[in-house]
Amino acid sequence: MIINHPLLGPRDAAEFVYLGDASLIDRPDGEQDGAAAAFHTYQYLRDNPAGPHEELWFHEQGDRSWLVVTRDTTTHEITHVRLARDVARERGRGQ
Amino acid sequence: MRYSALRILMEGLTGNKGWTPTWRDAEPKAEYDVVIVGGGGHGLATAYYLAKVYGITNVAVVEKGWIGGGNVGRNTTIIRSNYMLPGNEPFYEFSMKLWENLEQDFNYNAMVSQRGVLNLYHSDGQRDAYARRGNAMRMYGVDAELLDQDAVRSLYPTLNYDNARFPIQGGLYQARGGTVRHDAVAWGYAKGASEHGVDIIQNCEVTGMDIAGGAITGVQTSRGTIRAKKVAVCVAGSSSKVMSLAGLRLPIESHVLQAFVSEAMKPIIPGVITYGAGHFYLSQSDKGGLVFGGDIDGYNSYAQRGNLPVIEDVCEGGMSLMPSLGRAKVVRSWGGIMDMSMDGSPFIDRTSVDGLYFNGGWCYGGFKATPASGYCYAHLLARDEPHHVATEYRLDRFMRGAMIDEKGVGAQPNLH
Repeated sequence: MIINHPLLGPRDAAEFVYLGDASLIDRPDGEQDGAAAAFHTYQYLRDNPAGPHEELWFHEQGDRSWLVVTRDTTTHEITHVRLARDVARERGRGQ
Repeated sequence: MRYSALRILMEGLTGNKGWTPTWRDAEPKAEYDVVIVGGGGHGLATAYYLAKVYGITNVAVVEKGWIGGGNVGRNTTIIRSNYMLPGNEPFYEFSMKLWENLEQDFNYNAMVSQRGVLNLYHSDGQRDAYARRGNAMRMYGVDAELLDQDAVRSLYPTLNYDNARFPIQGGLYQARGGTVRHDAVAWGYAKGASEHGVDIIQNCEVTGMDIAGGAITGVQTSRGTIRAKKVAVCVAGSSSKVMSLAGLRLPIESHVLQAFVSEAMKPIIPGVITYGAGHFYLSQSDKGGLVFGGDIDGYNSYAQRGNLPVIEDVCEGGMSLMPSLGRAKVVRSWGGIMDMSMDGSPFIDRTSVDGLYFNGGWCYGGFKATPASGYCYAHLLARDEPHHVATEYRLDRFMRGAMIDEKGVGAQPNLH
C-alpha cells in the first residue's frame, strides 16, 4: 500500500505504524458522569466496518506525524489522507 | 455411512459403487430450535456436539458459501495447548484431548498427527519465560518439556544454531501438539452432525436478524426467513459484520493473516517449529510442502489477501532460522481474516439480546480450538451457562477488568 502523505507525498505503508480506528481521537471526558462506561466504549468497542474505514497511521520511519487515512478494508484502496492534527482541531480538540 | 478399512476393501472389490455423500445438503425448513450462523469448523462442531452430547437435533447450520470455505481451510493446521493463563490453558487442553479422540468419535480420517510443537528460545530471558510457561502448563496437567540446544539439534539438525545475533539455545517442546488435515475437520463434523439429523444449508447468507421485545425470533437469509428459538453466531473473521445486524458492537477488529506453502520436498521438518527471534513458524505437510507463516499484516482488512512487506518479513525470518529454505520456491500464499480481540482471547457468551449467542474473537487460535469451541458453545446453548473450561470468555470482561492477555500488550488488537 502507498499512503499519499499530505506533506511528503506518496510513501510506502511499511514506513508507518498502524494504531486503529480514527474514533480514538475522540477521547471521552474523564470528569463526566458515566466516564467508566464511556471509556470502555472508547477503548474496547469498534465498528470494524467492511468498506471505507477512517484510521490512524503514525509515520514512524518518516516525519513522525499522525495521519487519518480513509481506506477501504475490502480492497485496501486508500481514498483520502489528512493530518490527524487538522482532523482533531476540526473536532474541537487541542489547540 | 460408516467408514472402515473393511469397507474400503469391500468397495474396492465391488467397483466402488456403494459410496454415498458424506453429509446431507439440506433445504431450509421454516423453524428450528437452534440456528447456527456459519458453517466453518466451529459452527459444524457446535452442531455436532449439540446433537450428539446435548440431544438437541432440530438444528440448522446456515453458511453463506460452502462449508469449510472460510478460516477452517485458511490456516496452517497446527494444534497445541501451550498457553499460560488460567482462563485459557484448561480450555485449550480440553480441545487437545478432544483432538486426540476425534477421528474415532466422528468416524472420519482427519489425519490428526501429534508430531510435536517446538517453540525456540534464543536468550536467557526467553528461556526463563518458556520455563515459566512450561511450568504453568504442567500445573494444569499438560505435557511440556524444556529442551537444551543438544536436544533441539537431535530433532532438527538443519537449523542455524550459530546465528551470531540469535543463536538457538533450546526450546519449549509439547510432544502432543501437531497438525491436522484441516478440511477433513469440517467434513468430519459435517458428517457427524448430519447423521444426527442436523440440517446443513449452504449458499444461505444471513441478511438480517428478527428481534422482538429484546429477544431473537429468527433470521432473514438469502433463502428466506428462518424462525429460531436460539441463534448462535459463529463467523470469526466477519463477526462485527454479522453482529451489527443485531445492532451490537464488539471488542474486535478484523485483520488479515497470511500463510505460505513451498514446493514439495523430501521429509526435512518432522514437527512444528516456531522461531523465537522473528515472526516465523514452520511445519511440513504430508504432501511434502513446507507450510509457514508469520505475523498479521497489522491493519483492518476483510480482503483475504495481504501485502508484500509481511511476505518479505516472514521469508527473512525463515532464512535466518533455516538458511537452506532459500533453495525452496514458494508456490502458494493466501490470507485469512482473523477476529483480533482486544486481549488476544476469544468469546463464547450470551449477548444483550435474549436467545442470541456469540462465538468469536479467536485471533490466530481458532483452528486448534475447534473441538472445544464447538463443545463449549453447545453446552452454553443447551444449558444457558458456560462450560466449566470456558467461564472466562465473556463479552463483559473488559468492563470488569478481567482481561485474558497472554502477551500483555493491552487493548491493541494488531499486537496480539
